[in-house]
Amino acid sequence: MSVETTLVVALLLPALGSIFVGLSGWHPNVRETVTLATAGITLWLVASLWPVVAAGGRPRIELVETLPGVPLVLELEPLGMLFALVASFLWVVTSVYAIGYMRGHHELNQTRFYVCFAVSISGALGVAMAGNLFTLFVFYEVLTLATYPLVTHSGTEEARRAGRIYLGILLSTSIGLQLAAIVWTWAIAGGLDFTPGGLLAGKVDGPTAGILLCLYVFGVGKAAIMPLHRWLPAAMVAPTPVSALLHAVAVVKAGVFTVLKVAVYVFGLDLLSELEAGRWLAYLAGFTIIAASLIAMRKDNLKARLAYSTVSQLSYILLGALLATSASVAGAGMHIVMHAFGKITLFFCAGAIMVATHKTEVSQLAGLGRRMPITMAAFLVGSLSIIGLPPFGGMWSKWFLAAGTLQAGEQVLLGVLMLSSLLNVAYLLPIPAKAFFGKPTDRSDAGGFQEAPMACVAALVLTALGCALLFIEPDPFHQLATQAIAPLATSH
Amino acid sequence: MSATAVMAHLPALAVVVPLMTAPLTVLVNRPALVWRLATLSCLLTFAVAVGLLARVLELGPFVYEIGGWAAPWGIEYRIDAFNAYVVLVVTGVSAVAMPFARRSVEREVERDRAYLLYCAWMLALTGLVGIAVTGDLFNVFVFLEISSLATYVLVSMGRGRAAPLAALRYLVVGTVGATFFLIGVGLLYEMTGSLNMADLAARIPPIADSRVVHAGFVFIVLGLALKAALFPLHAWLPGAYGAAPSAVTAFLAGTATKVAIYALLRVVFTVFGARFAFGTMAFDVLLVPLALAGILVASAVAVFQQDLKRMLAYSSVAQIGYMLLGAGLVSEAGLTGGIVHMFNHALAKTALFLALGCIAYRVGTVTVASMAGLGRRMPWTMAAFVLGGLSLVGVPLTAGFVSKWYLVQAALERDLWWVAAIVLFASVLALIYTGRVAEAAYFRPAVPGGLPDRAREAPLSMLVPVWLLVGLNFYFGIDAALSAGVAGEAARGLLGGVS
Amino acid sequence: MLELLALHYNYLAVVVLMMTGLYVVIANGNLVKKVIGLNIFQTSVFILYISFGKRLGGTAPILSPDFELYSNPLPHVLILTAIVVGVATTALALALVIRIHRGYGTLEEDEIERIEAEEQGGAG
Repeated sequence: MSVETTLVVALLLPALGSIFVGLSGWHPNVRETVTLATAGITLWLVASLWPVVAAGGRPRIELVETLPGVPLVLELEPLGMLFALVASFLWVVTSVYAIGYMRGHHELNQTRFYVCFAVSISGALGVAMAGNLFTLFVFYEVLTLATYPLVTHSGTEEARRAGRIYLGILLSTSIGLQLAAIVWTWAIAGGLDFTPGGLLAGKVDGPTAGILLCLYVFGVGKAAIMPLHRWLPAAMVAPTPVSALLHAVAVVKAGVFTVLKVAVYVFGLDLLSELEAGRWLAYLAGFTIIAASLIAMRKDNLKARLAYSTVSQLSYILLGALLATSASVAGAGMHIVMHAFGKITLFFCAGAIMVATHKTEVSQLAGLGRRMPITMAAFLVGSLSIIGLPPFGGMWSKWFLAAGTLQAGEQVLLGVLMLSSLLNVAYLLPIPAKAFFGKPTDRSDAGGFQEAPMACVAALVLTALGCALLFIEPDPFHQLATQAIAPLATSH
Repeated sequence: MSATAVMAHLPALAVVVPLMTAPLTVLVNRPALVWRLATLSCLLTFAVAVGLLARVLELGPFVYEIGGWAAPWGIEYRIDAFNAYVVLVVTGVSAVAMPFARRSVEREVERDRAYLLYCAWMLALTGLVGIAVTGDLFNVFVFLEISSLATYVLVSMGRGRAAPLAALRYLVVGTVGATFFLIGVGLLYEMTGSLNMADLAARIPPIADSRVVHAGFVFIVLGLALKAALFPLHAWLPGAYGAAPSAVTAFLAGTATKVAIYALLRVVFTVFGARFAFGTMAFDVLLVPLALAGILVASAVAVFQQDLKRMLAYSSVAQIGYMLLGAGLVSEAGLTGGIVHMFNHALAKTALFLALGCIAYRVGTVTVASMAGLGRRMPWTMAAFVLGGLSLVGVPLTAGFVSKWYLVQAALERDLWWVAAIVLFASVLALIYTGRVAEAAYFRPAVPGGLPDRAREAPLSMLVPVWLLVGLNFYFGIDAALSAGVAGEAARGLLGGVS
Repeated sequence: MLELLALHYNYLAVVVLMMTGLYVVIANGNLVKKVIGLNIFQTSVFILYISFGKRLGGTAPILSPDFELYSNPLPHVLILTAIVVGVATTALALALVIRIHRGYGTLEEDEIERIEAEEQGGAG
């Protein structure tokens, strides 16, 4: 199979798999085997592309020319590789977890759940592999639409209202602002291809570029910059595996990934670093980091707290992209990976707690460490990684982001990052601390060892180990992240 | 008759085939047989339309003289990319909706009157195709009235006592519109002594300052705008679409207003010329705000409709705004967007109305409340409705996206920020009104006893046309080379001398 | 000015009829009267076309050495078509009016609207 074919197959496989999942709906075991097999093969295919991209290859294939000069193109470059790897690997882990969770939680409509889940992964991979802005936009929307049924999954009034907020914010920003920005870019540059060094470099300046940048940043609602973050906490009504993979990894990362791509390949770092608007947006990202952390501290619902934490962490990546220095972009790229592993661990733990004890509030968790030691230990690991403490992966991305703020001469933003780390400590660490050292409020918690189903525990242990491994071996991802801006770095 | 002879007479055949079918349907007068005859005729007309388009794309525009009388004394049919495209849309929609109609009409129209419905349908098709092919202004009026009279009959055959009322209201407005058109044509004839479009186009510029020509322009445009349901002249449309039998609504939604828009663009661009219409008469100053107001107001009204047929009807008013907005921007991209939207909207809206027809067939009522739980009972129908809705919203990879792309591009070309913003904002409104239905169908549990027992999946003969259109929505969203290509060709043809 | 109007009194009649017809269509609530208004409106256009073709002192267009001034027959022929269309429209409109009367028991638009509103109020 040629590299280009692999690209297409890897993209379509989850979508095709979803058909089989749908057809095998009456036999849960078959359905889940199909899901796992599809996830596994997809991961294998994506991984097989890694050496090619790492060696400097840029597999590219034009699928069809939709409009004159606006084709659907797939092209895998280092940042996309990074995102595709994360998404496809965590899909396998989440599939395992979901089987335990969905069965343990006796959810209805499980077939629809698995079908939409698989289509969402196709959407995320499409975003990662998009070769131009149009293709990116297409898969961005596929991802939005495929995740909507997952948010409204339970069909309660609350879920439907959350679905409306979700679809409302994501689609209105993307159609209203992002599409306008894309058409405008097309009008200015005469093309939409992602170009190393920047598609718009040398073609626009000043206010026009500033407005365009704002359209992109606010048009990507999935990046959840304030004031467009409301959909993310709302989406937490979804089943936990959805929150874990999609709302901590695939969907939100598709958002920040889009901004990162736009920063690197549409504007180019040279143009972006000169833009006044870029600075202001970076400050807005800084504000989002602090404000979302403060809100997270006040949330008693565990998933809501994690959701606001995600909002805050996403703005780290936006900050890195908008500062447009070599270190900050590398840091932003790496933070996609590091945050993904950390946050998915936390969500897995939240789901495991829900399945095992039906507890959803932070205040109910005191003393739970004795009953669910593995889960709470994994929660501690995930927390430390998110905070950015060694020996966990989160440290590296924060390191580079901090270096990036200094490169850009933005000491204030460095202060923001440091303050945010302290806030992270304040809203994350009390949870495991209470669980291990607190006094159980509920007599049943004093009882013996009672973990969530095996599949759930296995998945969360795996991702927690991943956090540690990424501290020891961050290099492959660092390389991918720096490769994206390498041509630029050498030209200086 | 040899193949070349058939090819030579294609323009006439497009009109003659449905016209001859109409009396036959009355003579045969047996529902099942009449339906077969009508379906055959629709397919044949569609084949003729394909032939016409192929011929135009191959050889360029050509003229067909009726009865061999040379223009300007005789009537000529003048075929270029634009009207071949419109004929294709009209006959295509008819050819898809007619096979669908049998079961739907069986349920919604009394058996002994069904043959009249098919007869009126064929006459409406005759009129609509006639408007599109003819190159003579008075001939446009005649075909306009043929199609209108047939349409009033079709609307009046809907269920309940509201149908004749809606038909009469439509008739009053339609007749006023057609009469305005007639007055305008008379004034032009008085000034130029010609009724032939091409001839008029040559004779008008020297007398462009005449007050009579100005009045003629206003009367013609007003008349056609009434027929096209340009906001705020749209009041007849929701009532008529809401009351008509489901299959008829689908047919009309895809064709009637489109043809009126075609006639409007043809008169404005070809007969009067863009310089006169937009320079002297400053038509765009009126057209663009009205189109935008229509897009916004009608979309907003659609959001609050409980009856889904009326909801889609208001959505049609908004979509007509898109088509005319494209014309009002007077640029190649704008016109391409407007014209390609005729095609794309016909695909999306016909699919949606046909899906509603399936629901009406099984459930009876088509209100938002009656959708609850229908996603499970009629999975294929509802999936088609959702996918058609996505095309209406203009999600990428659907046909609707292609139109929006061109329209936004055209607005940005002229630095009309707010226009682009409104176009995109209205997409969000479309999302709200179609999303509401999807939400009810999939995520609201069925009320016990809310759905009748016969509410199961629609019969195959109804599902196939729906899914054919849904498939085309995606095909032309992924590869718009044909739809946008021909629309671009048509736009260049209309702009012709200006640029 | 007066002289101009006096010479073209037929056009004056056209305008008066046209406005009368339109006014009746818009302002009158009775459906039959609406149809009558529509007829008056259409008739005004017939006169307009006939006036276009008529030449004072002109005769029918039959070639003869005795005459030099002919009326233009084309508008007259055209309006014949329009008259036929008008008759068809009126016939259809009256047929619809009969069905409406059968359905609602009245021809007054405000009463029909009241019945409709009641129906919807009852349903919703």
